Amino acid sequence: MLYAIFCYDDEAVTCGWSKDKDDEVMANLGAVQARLTAQGRLGPVARLMPTTTATTIRKGKEPVVMDGPFAETKEQLLGFYVLECESLDDAIAAANDLARASGSAGAFELRPIQLFRPGGPVG
Amino acid sequence: MTDLAWIDAALAAARPRAVGALVRYFRDLDAAEEAFQNASLKALEAWPRNGPPRDPAAWLIFVARNAGIDAARRARKQTELPTDAAAPGDPGELVEHLDAADYRDDILRLLFICCHPELPPSQQIAVALRIVSGLSVKQIARAFLISEVAMEQRITRAKARIAAANVPFESPGPVERAERIAVVAATIYLVFNEGYSTSSEQVARAELCNEAIRLARLLLRMFADVPELLGLTALMLLNHARTPARFDDGAIVLLEAQDRARWDRDLIGEGLALLDKAMRHRTPGPYQVQAAIAALHARAARAEDTDWRQIDLLYAALERLQPSPVVTLNRAVALAKVQGPDAALAMIEPLADALDGYFHFHGLRGGLLEQLGRLAEARTCFDRAIALARTPAEAAHIRQHLDALHAR
Repeated sequence: MLYAIFCYDDEAVTCGWSKDKDDEVMANLGAVQARLTAQGRLGPVARLMPTTTATTIRKGKEPVVMDGPFAETKEQLLGFYVLECESLDDAIAAANDLARASGSAGAFELRPIQLFRPGGPVG
Repeated sequence: MTDLAWIDAALAAARPRAVGALVRYFRDLDAAEEAFQNASLKALEAWPRNGPPRDPAAWLIFVARNAGIDAARRARKQTELPTDAAAPGDPGELVEHLDAADYRDDILRLLFICCHPELPPSQQIAVALRIVSGLSVKQIARAFLISEVAMEQRITRAKARIAAANVPFESPGPVERAERIAVVAATIYLVFNEGYSTSSEQVARAELCNEAIRLARLLLRMFADVPELLGLTALMLLNHARTPARFDDGAIVLLEAQDRARWDRDLIGEGLALLDKAMRHRTPGPYQVQAAIAALHARAARAEDTDWRQIDLLYAALERLQPSPVVTLNRAVALAKVQGPDAALAMIEPLADALDGYFHFHGLRGGLLEQLGRLAEARTCFDRAIALARTPAEAAHIRQHLDALHAR
């Protein structure tokens, strides 16, 4: 089963990290990702820009464009992974590894993926 | 991350919201700060033991408020504290209460108090860094290159003025809110420039740029649809992205000579995204125009790819929005690229009186005269510029020009 792992944390904290701190966290996460990639399980990984860059479109007859993220929450969606997992336990184990590597607070939301189209290379 | 590092980061992130709420509650900056300090100490004890609270700011406000009430009771038995909101029974209730979005006005009020127009800019910056960002007096003093004692005095004087200024505690109306946002944005930009106009790669001063960006993001998260806030944040991100390339061994590296591979692409990407959002509103302002200029530099892969014609037009727009001799001087740099040194020189000659004491005026004028082969006049300008240089790096830069002149 493919899982999406969504990363949530308080942006005020993560955006306050020094460059060194940020590099350190990314390096730690990179090590876990390399392992998952070697196992042939890791799909796309994305880190999102801060929610200040977000725009929300409210669907309707006349779609309304608004500045800011869809939900105002204490913790913000910062990024996500797509990961092949045998079971929920398997997904939880991977998320735990990532949690230890990042070392920050916040939360992961694990969601089984219903439809996945990897798309072509971008960027 | 260790527990302690995490708690530090969480306290810093929670600080503006918590101190903002406490100022509304106690109606006194010192009392709010002290209560926050006490709560932070309790957090250092409690959080490693019990794990992090779901909402650190709410936890801190709750604990600080109770500690503050106890302290006030001890000081003056049976004191009536202002109760604009009934004291909630547990942090859970308080969280609900804070979610009512009035924390926005709390943080804005706190920022506005610190950035009060009656304070001179140097005091605004110092007090904003102390109260909102929570930097220590020592850190701020180091950034301003003055002694800790002098900085302590500066902050004390500022606080006395703030107390006398009597900022109203009611929630502001839309017009007043917009005015407050503009005042706060101006101070944030001052903090940034204080860090940006540094003479070398001094870490303490570069920190000011990071702090300004942090404050701008904080404000922007609360007021997401204010185009000038988007513009200001974009402007600072785009300029700060160049920091790694701006100095070489303490010497200034001009924009044209900078190694663009060293520019921070993440910051540039974020700045461009914010500017895009700002432009959608179609209400231009000075920060947005300056950000658009910075964006054109950021988008040019090489210095020679820079779209100087567009930059000239943007400076012309900025002159209309915010007429100032310094803006015209900057426009002349672009005009020199588009139409040549003659046109640029004609543009800046009328500024001679207004900018006679300005280093960059004489530096640019000297450079233009040099290009036109009027070497004796160029030399006089560079001599004047050196006399006005504020840092060794600025002086060294002009000396290079003089040496080149002598070699001709």
